[in-house]
Amino acid sequence: MDLDALMRCVGTTSCIVTQLTSGMIIGMLLFLIASGVTLIFGVLNVINFAHGSLYMIGAYAAWTFYQLTGSYFVSALGAAVAVGVLGVLFERFLMSKVYGSNVLMQLLVCYAVVLISDDLIKIIWGPVSLSMGMPVEFRLPPLRFFGGVVPPFYIFMIVAAMAIGLLLWLVIARTRFGNIVRAAAVNGPMVSALGIRVNLYYAAVFGIGSALAGAAGALAAPVRSLTPGMGFSILIESFIVTVIGGMGSIVGAFVASIIIGLTRSFGSIGFPLFVDGVMFLIMALVLIFKPSGLFGRPHNK
Amino acid sequence: MTGRWRDLAWAGAGLLVLLLVPLFGAPPAIRDFIMFGMAYGLLAMSLNLLIGYSGLVSFGHAMFFASGAYAFGLAMQSGKFSIPAAFALAIVFTAVLALIVGAICVRLNEIYFAFLTLAFQMLFYNVILGWVSFTGGDQGLMGGIPRPKFLGIDLADRTQLYIFCSVAFIVCIAILRQLVTSPFGYTLRLIRDNQERAAFLGVNVPLVKLTCFVISACVAAVGGILLTLFVSGAYPNFGFWTTSGEAIFMILLGGSNVFLGPLVGTVILRLLNDITVTYTSHTELVLGIVILILVLGLRKGPLDLIAERLENRRQAAAQAVRDAADAGANGTGKGGS
Repeated sequence: MDLDALMRCVGTTSCIVTQLTSGMIIGMLLFLIASGVTLIFGVLNVINFAHGSLYMIGAYAAWTFYQLTGSYFVSALGAAVAVGVLGVLFERFLMSKVYGSNVLMQLLVCYAVVLISDDLIKIIWGPVSLSMGMPVEFRLPPLRFFGGVVPPFYIFMIVAAMAIGLLLWLVIARTRFGNIVRAAAVNGPMVSALGIRVNLYYAAVFGIGSALAGAAGALAAPVRSLTPGMGFSILIESFIVTVIGGMGSIVGAFVASIIIGLTRSFGSIGFPLFVDGVMFLIMALVLIFKPSGLFGRPHNK
Repeated sequence: MTGRWRDLAWAGAGLLVLLLVPLFGAPPAIRDFIMFGMAYGLLAMSLNLLIGYSGLVSFGHAMFFASGAYAFGLAMQSGKFSIPAAFALAIVFTAVLALIVGAICVRLNEIYFAFLTLAFQMLFYNVILGWVSFTGGDQGLMGGIPRPKFLGIDLADRTQLYIFCSVAFIVCIAILRQLVTSPFGYTLRLIRDNQERAAFLGVNVPLVKLTCFVISACVAAVGGILLTLFVSGAYPNFGFWTTSGEAIFMILLGGSNVFLGPLVGTVILRLLNDITVTYTSHTELVLGIVILILVLGLRKGPLDLIAERLENRRQAAAQAVRDAADAGANGTGKGGS
């Protein structure tokens, strides 16, 4: 407990700027992952416990593409697309087989996929952690705001994540594709009876959700070290985000991600040992007072 | 009442078998295997009380396994407690922990329940990792667990430890058996099959679920204590999510609809682990593939499948008997008219 340090930090603009940006990048990574989880849950009514693995694969894929091409933008795009394709395959060949069964079977399929992907990562990229380093495109002098130092990549990351989130929201809320997806979320058989191949839409939604995780992995690659199993801790945080924001709500995921990101960054100064505890406390409070989450529709049990 | 006596006889027979193993000079490897099997078996059996009997798919059960292990280990290392006192303390601590987690989780729907239990487990795991001065962090509880004598029992002796663990194990299994054959156990199954109907019949569903959650956590804690006594330490991976995943997998392997199924699953998984370790270091890969084959191929545990086949056959036989009787009755009926 070091609340004095937190007060000192809040007293200087430079510290506020630094913590705000680091909180935002944590939050935006979480947002990309949580929006995938929440999208898949909202439409398919399954929880993808293997979502963290997709994030991990995205980070490793970006690392490899970057080694090959030397261009960060190409590798980030490539990683997102590759993970999206992987997500479609995962949905078609594994998850779609257990849609009708109980949660236990879905859990086990995801558990198996997490085990397999962690081990495959160890086989392909080795068990030691890798780091990408700052991509050449972003080796620029840091920007200064109110005395705080902000690396240009952080700005790019935050803007990119927000843009992706906005695009996702527009697609779901404003396009024909989005209408069909939302209809299928409410009543799949009915949509299917109207002559729409719902299975394709399910696969597409899973692919989009996976691509979001892949993009998050690619964005995280320059600022995080890549280790097998890196997906799991962020998966737990993204669950917390979806619970706070409300299952199925992209706006909720956005707000909750920022809450959790800022809790993490400011908490690491004021109460480093209790950051996890505070995150859980926020979640427990939301569950007690508004079980459907801040932006979730009340759901029947 | 006869069922109860039969169960007790089974418990006695099981204990006898477990105790005969060291007498017949089984190699230490086999005894070690059984000891591990008993600790993890209690984890899987207690989890099945939630998953199989109550329909509560918990993905965080290893948390209570670890809390039992750490509470017991820390109490013993403090030197202020005898073994029975530390044993009781660890169970009480776990019960309180389960009461808090359960109170938040049991009202939620299935999916929320699964990942909130997982999330709480990771919180607990992070506390173990982070609180280095108290728990030893990722090194675990080092320096061994002291085992002072009590009531003339010396757990530092391998054979006496084995006997102690066997008795504790059988007592826990007998308690679980009593529980699932009691009215409480049938209430659990009613809730699993139809929660609304249970509520309409006047069952306080959240309370029953919470009670079941706490009891199950306490049994898992005993498993953790046995493991701590056995390896003379406690390690964070007792409470890691993979341990919960393994426990769920043990239930799948053995079958959730057969009372001792999870125990069989424990044995199969440990054998599978031991065999793959000798051939490859990529046990997770092998395990994952086996899970996929089982889940997508069989869609249920092998023991469940066998139990179902037997049940079908018995019903078919009963049906054949009934058909024959009907045919006979019709025949005489016709003859009479």
